[in-house]
Amino acid sequence: MNLALNLVAAKTIIRKEMVRVLRIWVQTIVPPAITMTLYFIIFGNLIGRRIGTMDGFDYMQYIAPGLIMMSVITNSYGNVVSSFFGAKFGKHLEEMLVAPMSYATIIIGHVAGGVLRGLLVGALVTVIALFFTRLEVAHPFITISIVLLSSIVFSLAGFINAVFAKKFDDISIVPTFVLTPLTYLGGVFYSISMLPEFWQNVSRLNPILYMVNAFRYGILGTSDIGIGQAYIILFVFVVLLFSGCMYLMRRGIGIRE
Amino acid sequence: MKALTIRNLTKTYANGNQALKGIDLSVEAGDFYALLGPNGAGKTTAIGIISSLVNKSGGKVEIFGHDIDTDLDAAKECLGIVPQEINLNLWETVGNTMINQAGYYGLSGKLAKERIEKYLRELRLWDRRNDNARSLSGGMKRRLMIARALVHEPRLLILDEPTAGVDIEIRRSMWNFLRDINAAGTTIILTTHYLEEAESLCRHIAIIDEGTIIEDATMSEILRRLRREVFVLSIDGELTEAPELRGFVTRLRDDGELEVEKGPETNMNSLFAELERRGVRVASLRNKANRLEEMFMHLVESKGDAK
Repeated sequence: MNLALNLVAAKTIIRKEMVRVLRIWVQTIVPPAITMTLYFIIFGNLIGRRIGTMDGFDYMQYIAPGLIMMSVITNSYGNVVSSFFGAKFGKHLEEMLVAPMSYATIIIGHVAGGVLRGLLVGALVTVIALFFTRLEVAHPFITISIVLLSSIVFSLAGFINAVFAKKFDDISIVPTFVLTPLTYLGGVFYSISMLPEFWQNVSRLNPILYMVNAFRYGILGTSDIGIGQAYIILFVFVVLLFSGCMYLMRRGIGIRE
Repeated sequence: MKALTIRNLTKTYANGNQALKGIDLSVEAGDFYALLGPNGAGKTTAIGIISSLVNKSGGKVEIFGHDIDTDLDAAKECLGIVPQEINLNLWETVGNTMINQAGYYGLSGKLAKERIEKYLRELRLWDRRNDNARSLSGGMKRRLMIARALVHEPRLLILDEPTAGVDIEIRRSMWNFLRDINAAGTTIILTTHYLEEAESLCRHIAIIDEGTIIEDATMSEILRRLRREVFVLSIDGELTEAPELRGFVTRLRDDGELEVEKGPETNMNSLFAELERRGVRVASLRNKANRLEEMFMHLVESKGDAK
């Protein structure tokens, strides 16, 4: 493998992805900002004042890390799935497939694009959150590493969705029927300690619970789960999903006839 | 040196359609090669396999000695592809389309900029570099796909019907451009339905039909084998019936022109001598159909008859 060529190619894909995100900023950046502002106003400000505190924090403060993580997850996933499927649908994916870069470069370039959009939107939501509440980062390394790893996991998942998708409906099924319910049930708005034991155990099967709680731990210093568990789960998902992406690219499933 | 070697290439799609039934092809470096065939013959499948966009079922493909099974990246570096369908990102600007393609081949900085400017200027797209691809006309989109395929200066350029839907003026300028890059050393393989295009540009021809190669020879050899040609003659004055000419079959057309069919055993001198003997004066003469087209139809039809 020609390393220099692949580095230039990866940089090119990342640049292309960022140009796309900024070109359609009305679709990529504005909607999550508006949605999250509404969450902060309705759940945090109006309803949150009646809820009081959770785990010793104002409700607004408690949900802010979860909302930031939710926007990172959905935007990372959404960026890769729509960009890669769009390239496949419009056939300009062929530009990359005929070029001498490795499949890993194609995957890494798109995942990096997803991560960058996720972080960009996450940063914007953080700024919006600061208008409503005070956030001090308790554990900066954990905060940054968890948000990065979570963003990578969902960018890889978006890539796999795009590879299998045959029509535009197929790229909205997973976000609508899997990602959104798992995120809402992943402890963004509540602590699982409020649930009966059975539902607490069911909640522990949801990987997003670990990401939201580890991120909350990074910012507020409180969590429903062990941080070590969160790292293990995230690393396992990164390895499994990246291997899955490589397998699909090598076999040409969904991209070659 | 062989630019492309294909041995016993087969492709059977998941629906059971056997698109290629074991084709062999050998293209010399520097050649200008036409791959012809009716729709559905297997041309695009063969190009898809060469460019690694289609998985082959069997056989070998080598590009400048690089086997696509074992040395794919090196093979890809030698290859530029202009596909039949427009596969541009229509929301991307012309300039970004070129920058991206250069980057995918590891080109960046000054070299990439020079190449991009060179090919956009040569294909008369430099003034449109800041426009979105979707705003280009059909002919411009085709030219952009050619410029994109050339940005890494491939040794082998494959064009799948590059002039489809392009007006005559642009088609001629594209021919001149392709002649120039071929003269500069790029091997070119062309598929086209415009047989005069193949006759005008290519030195070698392969005809593929129903997944098999039914002809593979030099252009001059193929035209030499042409069994019959039909000429249309405009006559000075008016003919009431077709004159009988020794060695030729004649027919008077409704528009008053004379059709003369010439076999391989006769020549044009004897045709004119015959016409002179009968006092028929010829104002002008043209081929009824493109010579290669006649040969193509003859080969494809005779294959059909043989079945």
